[in-house]
Amino acid sequence: MTDIWQGLVQAFLLIVGGDADLVEITLRSLQVSLTATVIASAIALPFGAVLVVSRFRYRRGAIAVINALMGLPPVVVGLVVYILLSRAGPFGVLDLLFTPTAMIIAQVIIIVPLITSIAHQALRDLWSDYHDLLISMNTSKRQRVMTLLWDGRRALLTAALAGFGRAIGEVGAIMVVGGNIDHATRVLTTAIALETAKGDFALALGLGFVLIILAIMVNLVIHSLSRTEREGRW
Amino acid sequence: MTGTTLLSARKAMVQARGKTLIGPIDLDLGATGVTVVIGPNGAGKTTLLKTLYGIQRLNDGTVTWSGNEEDIRKRQAFVFQSPVMLRRSVRDNIAYPLRLDGISRKAARDRAEEWGHRVGLGRVLMAPARQLSGGERQKLAVARALINGPLVLFLDEPCAFLDGRATREIEEILHSAVADGTCLIMSTHDLGQAKRMASDIAFVLGGKIREFRPATDFFTAPETPEAQAFLRGDIVE
Repeated sequence: MTDIWQGLVQAFLLIVGGDADLVEITLRSLQVSLTATVIASAIALPFGAVLVVSRFRYRRGAIAVINALMGLPPVVVGLVVYILLSRAGPFGVLDLLFTPTAMIIAQVIIIVPLITSIAHQALRDLWSDYHDLLISMNTSKRQRVMTLLWDGRRALLTAALAGFGRAIGEVGAIMVVGGNIDHATRVLTTAIALETAKGDFALALGLGFVLIILAIMVNLVIHSLSRTEREGRW
Repeated sequence: MTGTTLLSARKAMVQARGKTLIGPIDLDLGATGVTVVIGPNGAGKTTLLKTLYGIQRLNDGTVTWSGNEEDIRKRQAFVFQSPVMLRRSVRDNIAYPLRLDGISRKAARDRAEEWGHRVGLGRVLMAPARQLSGGERQKLAVARALINGPLVLFLDEPCAFLDGRATREIEEILHSAVADGTCLIMSTHDLGQAKRMASDIAFVLGGKIREFRPATDFFTAPETPEAQAFLRGDIVE
């Protein structure tokens, strides 16, 4: 209990004091996770919509695989990305290992299945509403996908935010591919892991509270900007 | 049949799970006027409409259009018994077919507003379509179907759940569309509406067309005992 209290105090001091290191790793956390979320959403949301409107032979199998991939172990993803980006790997020439870009790549791989799966479920219900109308209008597959993406945008925002939540809280993969290098690839989660390993639980908890506040604030800001609740009646 | 032939069905048949839903159907529909498909519930009216429209897969037979089928299919529209409302404003729902055709957002919205006023939805153009009443939803669906100036408009019991006033308003919109040159093919189990609207009647029972005649002939002298019973108000199965 004392540790938690100390952690709260530490978080308060860190935030109020405007600690330069904290600001740096917080901004890096945001940069990496938001970039990964945007890239993953650009891939996963249309993919989820295509899965909804398409009928192909192994569709059910594909959906089952995507759902299963939601449980991808981040450390394994990190390891695979590490191998691919290492000097001896096929993309070693790009020299991306231990950079924020490598962390973004790992996070994209981790959250694409999650966003796809949630998007697919949300759009499946919308498609059952729209099916007869869109078929009767002789719409192309592209038009169906675009209509679902536009009209389902608020549900899709939830999918994207779920991806962001997974990304910003992720530690295993980015530790492997980022290396937790100070002033280079250190983010909130890897800093928490480091401080915990060093035995500084108060600072680790303080960073943890900052991470929680950050995640909640990003969600609130995005919901507010997209007017999710105000126009929920749509 | 009124005027030249618009579409023809030959031995058209639809089956599901080994059961024949409609068919075999032989039918020639005119390019003008209002063909009303009547019959009791479960007779196959909706399946027949969907088959003629082309969204119901045929198990046998053909449905062919006179002229360039692809062009005509682009100029047909369907209004469902329970209209589908897109999660958009009333205006953007009406504008949707125009947007599909690549018309600019502003031009589409301008025309949608014009149609919204025409069908009596001028006051609710910016409201979410899903908040509309049943009658307003049906008006929106009809406006959305007519905004492209279709050659033929299919309507599946468009006034099934509407009160008298809403029914009259929808019928006025449809009469106006016919006057503008749109051919209507609609189903109903409301004999009053069939009498008010129809130039031709297709009486459907058990998935087959039992009679297809000019409306005045059908209502004054139905040929089949089933049609006679239906017009008397007897239960027909």
